Amino acid sequence: MSPADRGFAAIVYGGSVLFALLIAGLFVELVLGSWPSIAAFGPSFIWKSSWDPITSKFGALPMIYGTVVTSFIAIALAAFVGIMAAVFLADFAPRWLATPLSFLIELLAAVPSVVYGLWGLFVLAPFVRTTIGPALQHALGWTPLFSGPIYGVGLLTAGIILALMIVPTVTAISRDVIAAIPRDLREASASLGTTKWETATRVVLPAARVGIFGACVLGLGRALGETIAVTMVIGNRPEISASLFAPSYTLASVIANEFTEATTGIYISALIELGLILFVVSIIVNALARLMIWSVRGSRA
Amino acid sequence: MTTPSDAIDERGFSPRYRRLGRRRIYASLGTALALCCAAIAAGALLVILFYVAVQGIGAINWAFLTQLPHPVGVPGGGVGNGILGMLIIIGLATAMAVPLGLLTGIYLALFGRGAIPEALRFLSDVLSGVPSIAIGLFAYAVLVAPLKHFSGFSASFAFMMLMLPLLVRTSEQAIRSVPQTVREGALALGMSNFRATMFIVLPTARPAIITALLLAIARVTGETAPLLFTAFGSQFWETSPNNPMAVLALQVFNYAISPYPNWQQQAWGGALLLIVAVFVLSLGARFMLRRAMRGLDA
Repeated sequence: MSPADRGFAAIVYGGSVLFALLIAGLFVELVLGSWPSIAAFGPSFIWKSSWDPITSKFGALPMIYGTVVTSFIAIALAAFVGIMAAVFLADFAPRWLATPLSFLIELLAAVPSVVYGLWGLFVLAPFVRTTIGPALQHALGWTPLFSGPIYGVGLLTAGIILALMIVPTVTAISRDVIAAIPRDLREASASLGTTKWETATRVVLPAARVGIFGACVLGLGRALGETIAVTMVIGNRPEISASLFAPSYTLASVIANEFTEATTGIYISALIELGLILFVVSIIVNALARLMIWSVRGSRA
Repeated sequence: MTTPSDAIDERGFSPRYRRLGRRRIYASLGTALALCCAAIAAGALLVILFYVAVQGIGAINWAFLTQLPHPVGVPGGGVGNGILGMLIIIGLATAMAVPLGLLTGIYLALFGRGAIPEALRFLSDVLSGVPSIAIGLFAYAVLVAPLKHFSGFSASFAFMMLMLPLLVRTSEQAIRSVPQTVREGALALGMSNFRATMFIVLPTARPAIITALLLAIARVTGETAPLLFTAFGSQFWETSPNNPMAVLALQVFNYAISPYPNWQQQAWGGALLLIVAVFVLSLGARFMLRRAMRGLDA
C-alpha cells in the first residue's frame, strides 16, 4: 500500500470509529445522566405513579401509560388504512394513479412534526371536542373509555395525530414488502381462477405477513418517540385515567415540556431516566421491526 | 362421475361458477375499500396542506421574513432571526455530518465484510430509530450541561446525529452500486485506492449521495424537539453558534402554544414556510434520484 492509501484507510477507519463512539456515547450519557434518579428510586421508578417536583417524588407510570395508550390508538387506526393503501398501490392501482398517490403519501411523511401539532391543536382538537367526542360518547359512553368531560386535547386526539403521522411509514414499507412477493405466487393464484382481490388477500398478504407486521411495529416505534406534535395535543397532565378524552402525558412530551424548567438535580435526572426508558424501548422495537422486514424483503433493499 | 354439489344447472354452469358473481362483487368492494384507504392517506395530506396554506398565507409578508419578533402586544414582527438561525444550525450540522457519514459509508462499502461492519450497520439503523428528543438529551449532556449555557452549536450536534444514519447507509449503497469495473479501471491506470475512491468512485455516486443529503436536511428542517434544550431560542439577531439561537421550528412551537392570536397567526405563517422548505427539499431529492438512476443506466 502506498502512503496515501495507508493514510486514506486510517482516515476512513477513524471516521467509522468516531461514528461508533458517538452512538455508544449516546447510551453512556443517558445512563450517566439518569444515575442519580436510578440510585434514588431504583426499579420502582417504572411502576410508581406520583410525579411531584415539589417533594422530589418521581415515578414514570403515568407517562408510560400515556405513551402506550396513544401509540396503541395510533397503530390501531393506521395499520388497517396503511395496509389497505399499500395493497392498492402495489397490486390494484394503474401506474398513472399509483405514482402520484405514492408521492403524496411520501410527502405526508415529510411534513414536520410541529406542523402536525399546530394543525392538531387548532383544527383536530376542536373537532374532537365538538364532533368526534360527543358522537363516540353518545354511542359508547357507557364504557369507561369514552366517559367523562371532553376537553379536546387528550389521549384520543394525540392518538389520531400519531396515526396520521405513521400511516406513511406503514404504507410505504408494506408496499415495498408486498411488491417483493414473487410474481409466480400471484400468477399461480390467478391461474386457479381467483379474482385480484382474492389473490391479494389470500395469497399475497399472508405471504407478506411478517414484513407487514414489521412495518406496523416500525410505525409503532415512530409513535412511541414522537414528541412535539403529541406535546401540543395531549394536555400535559401526569395522571392515569381510563377515559380516552382525558388529558395525559407521554414519556417524550414530559421531557419536552419540563426539561428546561427543571431546577433540582434529581428532577433533571428523573427526566433523563424517562429518556433512557424511551431510548431502550425504541431500540428494542426498531430492532424487532427491522428483523421482520428483512426476513421478507432482504436487508439491502 | 359427478357429486351432487358439482351438478350442472340448466344453463350449463356448475354451482362453483355461479358463485363467481358474488366473488366478483366482493372483489369490487375490496378494491373500492383499498382505494378509499389510499385516498384517506393522501387526502389527509391535502387537508393539512389546505389549512396551513389558507391560515399561513395571510401572515407571510416581507416584514415577517426579515424582522425580529416583537414583544407580546406589539403587532407585527417576524421570524427573520429564526430563519437565519435555522440556516446556520443546519449548515453547521451538514458540515459535520457529511464528512463523517461519507467516511463511514466508504468504510462499509470498501471494507465492509465481517462482524464489525455488520455491527456498525446495525448501530446505524438503531440510531435512525432513536427518538429525536433522546438525541437532544445527549446533546444537552455533552455540550450544554458542561458549558452551562445553551448554544446553537449543541443544536447542530443533535441535528448531525439525526442526519448521520441516512447519510451512512445511502452513501454505502451508492458507492457499492458503482460498478466494480469502474474502480478496477482506475486502479489499472495506476491510481491509488485513495485517488480512485476520491476522484472516480465518489463522483459517480454523487447524485445518490446528494439525494440522501437533501432528505437528511429535510428531516432536520422541521425538527423541533431537540431544540428545546439546545438552541433554546433568542429574541435577537444571533449569529454566533456559541450562544442560544432562534430557530424557525421552535418559534412555530412557542407561538402555537401561546395564548395570543397574533402569535398564533405567525405560527401558521412559520408552518407554511417550513412545509414549503421541506417539500422543495423532497422534490429536489426526487429529481436528484432520477438523475442518479439515469447515471447508473448509462
